[in-house]
Amino acid sequence: MVDASVNAMAGPRGSKPQRRFSSRNLMLYGTLIVVSLYYILPLWVMVMTSLKGMPEVRLGNIFGPPLEVTFQPWVKAWSEACTGLNCDGLSRGFWNSVQITVPSVILSIIVASVNGYALINWRFKGSEVFFTILIFGSFIPYQVMLYPMVVMLREMGIYGTLTGLVIVHTIFGMPILTLLFRNYFASIPEELFKAARVDGAGFWGIYFNIMLPMSLPIFVVALILQITGIWNDFLFGVVFISKADNYPMTVQLNNIVNSVQGVKEYNVNMAATMLTGLVPLIIYFISGKLFVRGIAAGAVKG
Amino acid sequence: MTHSIQVKDLTLNFGAVSVLKTLNLDVAEGEFIVLLGPSGCGKSTLLNCLAGLLDITDGQIFIKGKNVTWAEPSDRGIGMVFQSYALYPQMTVRGNLSFGLKNAKLPKEEIDKRVARASEILQIEPLLDRKPGALSGGQRQRVAIGRALVRDVDVFLFDEPLSNLDAKLRSELRVEIKRLHSRLKNTMVYVTHDQIEALTLADRIAVMRGGIIQQLDAPQTIYNRPSNLFVAGFIGSPSMNFLHGATVDGGRAFLFGDTRIDLAGYDGGAVLERSKAILGLRPEHLHIQMEPEAGHTIPALVEIDEPMGADSLVWLKAGETQMSVRVPVERRLAPGTHVHLKVDISKASIFDTASEQRV
Ligand SMILES: Nc1ncnc2c1ncn2[C@@H]1O[C@H](COP(=O)(O)OP(=O)(O)OP(=O)(O)O)[C@@H](O)[C@H]1O
Ligand SMILES: [Mg+2]
Repeated sequence: MVDASVNAMAGPRGSKPQRRFSSRNLMLYGTLIVVSLYYILPLWVMVMTSLKGMPEVRLGNIFGPPLEVTFQPWVKAWSEACTGLNCDGLSRGFWNSVQITVPSVILSIIVASVNGYALINWRFKGSEVFFTILIFGSFIPYQVMLYPMVVMLREMGIYGTLTGLVIVHTIFGMPILTLLFRNYFASIPEELFKAARVDGAGFWGIYFNIMLPMSLPIFVVALILQITGIWNDFLFGVVFISKADNYPMTVQLNNIVNSVQGVKEYNVNMAATMLTGLVPLIIYFISGKLFVRGIAAGAVKG
Repeated sequence: MTHSIQVKDLTLNFGAVSVLKTLNLDVAEGEFIVLLGPSGCGKSTLLNCLAGLLDITDGQIFIKGKNVTWAEPSDRGIGMVFQSYALYPQMTVRGNLSFGLKNAKLPKEEIDKRVARASEILQIEPLLDRKPGALSGGQRQRVAIGRALVRDVDVFLFDEPLSNLDAKLRSELRVEIKRLHSRLKNTMVYVTHDQIEALTLADRIAVMRGGIIQQLDAPQTIYNRPSNLFVAGFIGSPSMNFLHGATVDGGRAFLFGDTRIDLAGYDGGAVLERSKAILGLRPEHLHIQMEPEAGHTIPALVEIDEPMGADSLVWLKAGETQMSVRVPVERRLAPGTHVHLKVDISKASIFDTASEQRV
């Protein structure tokens, strides 16, 4: 004990001394600051503009804080802005997006996780081929599949409906999600699976009792991936929804911002943009913590 | 004796690779069979076939007289213990023990009774409410054995259950498994590549190589009368000394270089005259002496001696052949000493060089 402390005193202590203003540090922090500004500045402009009234916006001082703070643009963006005939703001799009995102996320994660599980643990005849085709699917550009997909949905009689869009999202999310789950399940020791089979658990028994409880982290990852991906989707929303009433939030945002009638209400546009981005943002904030905790829990081996 | 397990012409291919080749194995009720062999010889594969965890290519498997070739693992009346314990990490020890019983829809009182009995036998009662993550390796393996125990089955399958444990724990649990077997008297098939485990636990050992059972016999028979060169070299540490030579005089003597060794008293079949043969001698069946004895000794030169606590190992050269002899530890021999190795021919083995079979 004493020896150790004496030795510690004799040797070098503390962190390695550094020159604070070395040219290397100047470069490093300089770059970091410039990059942060690059990202923060637009956000700053957006927030500030959205809190100004139109007269103040017209003054053109885009970097300055509002002289008179008003939340009117936010209210208008949410519940009053007009697209086409509807004048109930983004709120309609928000609820549409919720109705699209929630079932799509749940459906795609359920199907993909069962897919991945079956592919890795119940290797049936042709499972490798099946997997290869699935992965190959993720390399085909979306554009190629859009039209056939439209025809297919039309034939099924669900083209233009929210249900149709949910199915589209589920299908397009399948390759990457299946790959994600398959690879995660592959890391779970095979003997665990064998033990469960000897214990008489079947396909679903093993999935629910053994695999699911061990796979929380990957479910969180899939959740983040899908929620943000589907919420932010624009292309499928435009293509597969035919009625303006059913447009998801992103498409509606576009319509509000790009509407040609009347004056451009920059403050409302800014507020609307931020409202649309709010959901993925919140997801990142909440799940960030959960995500880390999930990873840590998964790392504790039994 | 009734058969507990019968394997008939079992063949298993992974794609184009043939891992088990028309393998036959009969295990008597209550017998402790050890599958022993080098890595990759198909031990685990055979065990997985018995358990029903692999679909076999051809052949049949009977357990307790019932054809279970295509039965589900849980319907075969087997319990299995894995090398990596394979405990369900999110369940408590109690949960691990009762998982299979719940799947079998047993009434709660019955489950509790069996869990209590198994945990009493294995002395894991204080651990019942812990998660596997909070157990030591030895405790985890006990729980894994318990999981097989609660199933109340006649056949236990072990796949290298002790190889993840340190030496001390390994010998403790080895004794415990032996005790368990003598108490429960069920059939056990035990995979290992540890010879000590094989020799101490087994009623019979099946030595495997390349998906084929080379010899299936009692440990002493395997040790003293290995049926071929592979088994002879695989069992025993250090391994058997092999002298390459010929049998002469109509099989009455073995000629090793200029040395003639009398074969009277050889425990085996007719030796015959063979232009190429191998004489196998275990290190403990050779005796070092200073005087030659015509027909019974081999001259050799001491190279090193290695004291190993209980006894010591002397490495010698007989001609160009490296040999080892086990001697009492007090016996120290300086390198360079010329000695003579007395052969106990009744414990020797002679192999035909071409067929590698014992004669
Ligand atoms: N799923 C598989 N696909 C293809 N080959 C396999 C597969 N599983 C095992 N093998 C091959 O079968 C052979 C036997 O494997 P097995 O696991 O039975 O060996 P083992 O005797 O248990 O070895 P060890 O002592 O290392 O556990 C090996 O050559 C292995 O490469
Ligand atoms: Mg193995």
